[in-house]
Amino acid sequence: MKLQTAFFCILLCLTGLLSFFGCSDSEEPSALSLLNVSYDPTRELYQALNKAFVEQCDHEGLSGVVVEQSHGGSGKQARAVLDGLEADVVTLALGYDIDVLCSQGHLIPADWQSRLPHNSSPFYSTIVFLVRRGNPKGIADWGDLIHDGVEVITPNPKTSGGARWNYLAAWAWAERKYGSEAAAQDFLATLFSHVPVLDTGARGATNTFIQQGKGDVLLAWENEALLVLRDYPDQGCEIVHPSLSIRAEPPVALVDANADAHGSRSLAEKYLNFLYTDTAQAIGAAQFYRPIRPEAAAAEDMARFRPLAMVSIDDFGGWSAAHAKHFAADGIYDHLPRKRNP
Amino acid sequence: MSRSLANSNASSQSAHRLAMGLGLTYMSLLVLMPIAGLLLRSIQLPPGEYLRVLQAPETMAAFRLSFGHAFLAALFNTVTGVPVAWVLARYAFPGKRLLDVWIDLPFALPTAVAGIALCTLYGPHGFLGAPLAKLGLKVAYTHWGVFIAMSFVSIPFVIRTVQPALLNLDPSQEEAAACLGASRLYCLRRVILPELLPSILTGFSMAFARDIGEYGSIIFIAGNIPGETEILPLRIVHALECYDYAGATVLAIAMMVASFLLLLLINLLQKRQTS
Repeated sequence: MKLQTAFFCILLCLTGLLSFFGCSDSEEPSALSLLNVSYDPTRELYQALNKAFVEQCDHEGLSGVVVEQSHGGSGKQARAVLDGLEADVVTLALGYDIDVLCSQGHLIPADWQSRLPHNSSPFYSTIVFLVRRGNPKGIADWGDLIHDGVEVITPNPKTSGGARWNYLAAWAWAERKYGSEAAAQDFLATLFSHVPVLDTGARGATNTFIQQGKGDVLLAWENEALLVLRDYPDQGCEIVHPSLSIRAEPPVALVDANADAHGSRSLAEKYLNFLYTDTAQAIGAAQFYRPIRPEAAAAEDMARFRPLAMVSIDDFGGWSAAHAKHFAADGIYDHLPRKRNP
Repeated sequence: MSRSLANSNASSQSAHRLAMGLGLTYMSLLVLMPIAGLLLRSIQLPPGEYLRVLQAPETMAAFRLSFGHAFLAALFNTVTGVPVAWVLARYAFPGKRLLDVWIDLPFALPTAVAGIALCTLYGPHGFLGAPLAKLGLKVAYTHWGVFIAMSFVSIPFVIRTVQPALLNLDPSQEEAAACLGASRLYCLRRVILPELLPSILTGFSMAFARDIGEYGSIIFIAGNIPGETEILPLRIVHALECYDYAGATVLAIAMMVASFLLLLLINLLQKRQTS
């Protein structure tokens, strides 16, 4: 008993010490530090970009710049910013999550998306299929996903930006293929009956597919799929390009209210403009994001991006309309008939 | 208790007040105020919202899953926890200290770590998951995964409440029972178990409460499919992530009321046992 008490005391002291140093270490937001609140699979991208940005600032005589990053499901990150996470810039998976910062929190102006070129999206990506070695289930297009015995892995459209792009790409294909909205709805209901696990974020779904070996096909961001090919070469996964996909634009924005409070507006603007420079575009392409200016990227990086027929969010009437119709409470996703996997 | 009250003088009374004040302030800040905030939000909602959220078949399914499996897992831990507590209290064996510390591990382990560990173990290619899958029993990504995760996080409760009760048990009672000719089993049933029942119930209710609220480990090992393997806390998170604050509030209130009623019931049962 004495031993346990002593052990407990030591543990308590250690915890105290740790929290003490933890507190003294943490930095107040300042004009020289930025917090970039981003979505799930962009860890590697922004690590590389932040490093280049800090180097560039050093070159220009602006030393001591720190860019911190935070990652998670896109919706969750937007809500964290709404609830007071002091992001100077947000780089989220879809425009809707940034719209919310305006409509619910008044943190940014309504015209945020037109403040930077290309809908404020310096990079874009698309949705592809990742299949197991040799494509044993013979998956070539969306229609093959609902064959008997095929297990599809996608995150939950309620929580994941990537999953919403997956959903919309599938919808666009089905609507064109079967010619009606009702048929598209039916296709999606069948598709989701083939999904055994709904993770909250894209990275979680990738882990389920790769680490746990669950499922036959992963619906993924192209950048995430290319990252898997690079990082897990022994898995022998292959990318399948469907006949139609979606131009998935993850936009970036300055969070005016926070940046002004921190006095970091000019640095934050510099950071966002940096994403459009040749350096950043080349880094983006090397990190598997399609750059908006391909000429800035290395040819071997660009060779990885297969030309692909894509719809865009504008075909759905923009994010507000798409969200209200499909993903809001009582939207189409909520009312997809729940079919049992045969 | 009565002696300390009889001896009470001015200084002990002010100490008594101080302790009472501290306790109440602490409780209010940490427990009552957040719950009051939730209640305040909930009464501002139109009744239609309650109907919309609670009538959804997925919500009903999530209720059944969360409460049903929490009950099963707590029951499982009660049935297995009592013998473990017995072993720890009554026998000496090498490595006992280690085992004793081990039992608390699920308390300290981050639930996400527990979830990933369980998922790796019971996944389709896992050490246990692969042979079980051969037998046609899928654990990970089914409702059994929910049960496993819940059982894991609530292991310590019954053991930790029953163990001290067993240690405090007066051996003379058992000896008396044996002298009067009671068999070992009869003695267990009629002498020991009644003594332990209050602490077993306490352990059970704590495990049950913990399981209802568990989130972190379950979402890794459950499939999270609405209507099948989606637990209530996850439904609340989903509502929040769609900025559906009203829906989240309704679910939270419903969960709280149900948990409160069930815990109250267990408490009453316990009162009846002790009196």
